[in-house]
Amino acid sequence: MAVAKRVVLHFPRSLVDEPIIYKLVKDFNLQFNILKASVTPNEEGLLVLELSGDRESYERGVKYLSEVGVKIQPLSRDIYRNEERCTHCGACVAICPTGAFVLDLPSRRVKFLDKKCIVCGLCIKACPPRAMEMRL
Amino acid sequence: MSKTIAEINEKIRKGQAVVMTAEEIVGVVEKKGLHKAAQEVDVVTTGTFGPMCSSGAYINVGHPQPRIKLGAGTTYLNEVPAYAGFAAVDLFIGATSLPDNDPRNRTYPGEFNYGGGHVIEDLVAGKDIKLTATAYGTDCYPRKKIETLINLHSINEAVLFDIRNAYQNYNVAVNLSSRTIYTYMGVLKPDLGNANYCSAGQLSPLLNDPFYKTTGIGTRIFLGGGTGYVAWHGTQHVPNVLRGENGVPKRGAGTLSVIGDLKQMRPEWLRGVSFQGYGATLMVGIGVPIPVLSEEILGYATVTDEDILAPIIDYSDAYPLKKPDVLDEVSYADLKSGKISVNGKDVPTASLSSYPKAVEIAQTLKEWIKRGQFFLTEPVAPLPGVEAGITFKPLEERLS
Repeated sequence: MAVAKRVVLHFPRSLVDEPIIYKLVKDFNLQFNILKASVTPNEEGLLVLELSGDRESYERGVKYLSEVGVKIQPLSRDIYRNEERCTHCGACVAICPTGAFVLDLPSRRVKFLDKKCIVCGLCIKACPPRAMEMRL
Repeated sequence: MSKTIAEINEKIRKGQAVVMTAEEIVGVVEKKGLHKAAQEVDVVTTGTFGPMCSSGAYINVGHPQPRIKLGAGTTYLNEVPAYAGFAAVDLFIGATSLPDNDPRNRTYPGEFNYGGGHVIEDLVAGKDIKLTATAYGTDCYPRKKIETLINLHSINEAVLFDIRNAYQNYNVAVNLSSRTIYTYMGVLKPDLGNANYCSAGQLSPLLNDPFYKTTGIGTRIFLGGGTGYVAWHGTQHVPNVLRGENGVPKRGAGTLSVIGDLKQMRPEWLRGVSFQGYGATLMVGIGVPIPVLSEEILGYATVTDEDILAPIIDYSDAYPLKKPDVLDEVSYADLKSGKISVNGKDVPTASLSSYPKAVEIAQTLKEWIKRGQFFLTEPVAPLPGVEAGITFKPLEERLS
């Protein structure tokens, strides 16, 4: 069975120079789509990926990642909405490049579909009450 | 048929008043007709919750020992400058005030994470606020410096006093240029990438009372979660604009100046907000009750989004350069559908004013009235109407 998951990978300093993604493709036959990357030499690296492949390969690939010391988090947790601050105005709706904010009718409340979120961060500063927060 | 405010208040006192929101009343009038509905319904409640920059609060912080005269000194609340050009310990904090060290747009677009609106929200939330001030010292007010924490309970008066709120209709902002622009109407993407509007439309107070027949000076209102009053017409109150056949302004028109006790208000209804590249401000919740004194008044209050038109303005050129160009007019029904057509292009829309919060305000005010906690007031004086012939003067620059 095929799976496609969005994950955040944290690379410790020692692994930044290693061809880890290459191995995911070559040894585990996984496909990847880079959503966001910040990898600088001699510092911790961060990579946001959509990983897809058959379930068994995916699980083996994830096991490999933890074994070499890469920390994995599911992506959906990384941008979240502070429900108390959100006023459901809608300033975010047209700003989001992937359509992760959807106006619910007839309530006119703004729904945040975190599955569609690619953690670009555009909504954070476009939100007047600063209800969108990034957690990495 | 006609009713008086005294009669309606008597019904409120007995718990018999029939109250509906400006949304609910539409269906009732459709079903029963204007004549019957006007007999049955006593009050229509409205609501709006949006960024309103000409808002502020005055406070009296009390006298320290020894005394200090903040008047004509330099005063800050959480590092945000407050105006102190009054007597010894009265201050006014405006919604858009920013700390001296805020980078503003030096790092474009600026973030404006904390300003006067946030100070007001924190104050209402009961949080400690740092008051710092320097003064010049006098024989009767010898202190030259003070640094202390204050909060809503420790100070004497705390009064929200907004000089322009509740705009009767507003522009729809778009961007015709090829770069993203950062405005008080939000982030506008290039080449008509999006269109932002800012009105509750059919729920908005003055769109339900287009000729100010019941809303006047002294009208008791929902303000920031407490009760407040209409103090005056707001600045830039210009009733004499293009209006539709239904009397509803097709441009920004009337405005309200409102006042109320900050100590009764709540942070859910006074929200400090930041507009990227523009500045800090305050979102204010306002609800105005409309007494159904006649069929005519009820007729105005049944206005729907289909019948309210707003002008589409290019904020990359026409607005900043103060050109009169209007690209088109569009109804709030279209705006609320999620997309409009501008110059033949489909443009996604978004609101800066919160409709769900506006609904909540109209519902809350309705509950207050039904429970006999809120009585209607007769205006002390009317707001200037169309006949006042007010013109919106530009600033003509001159040096002599």
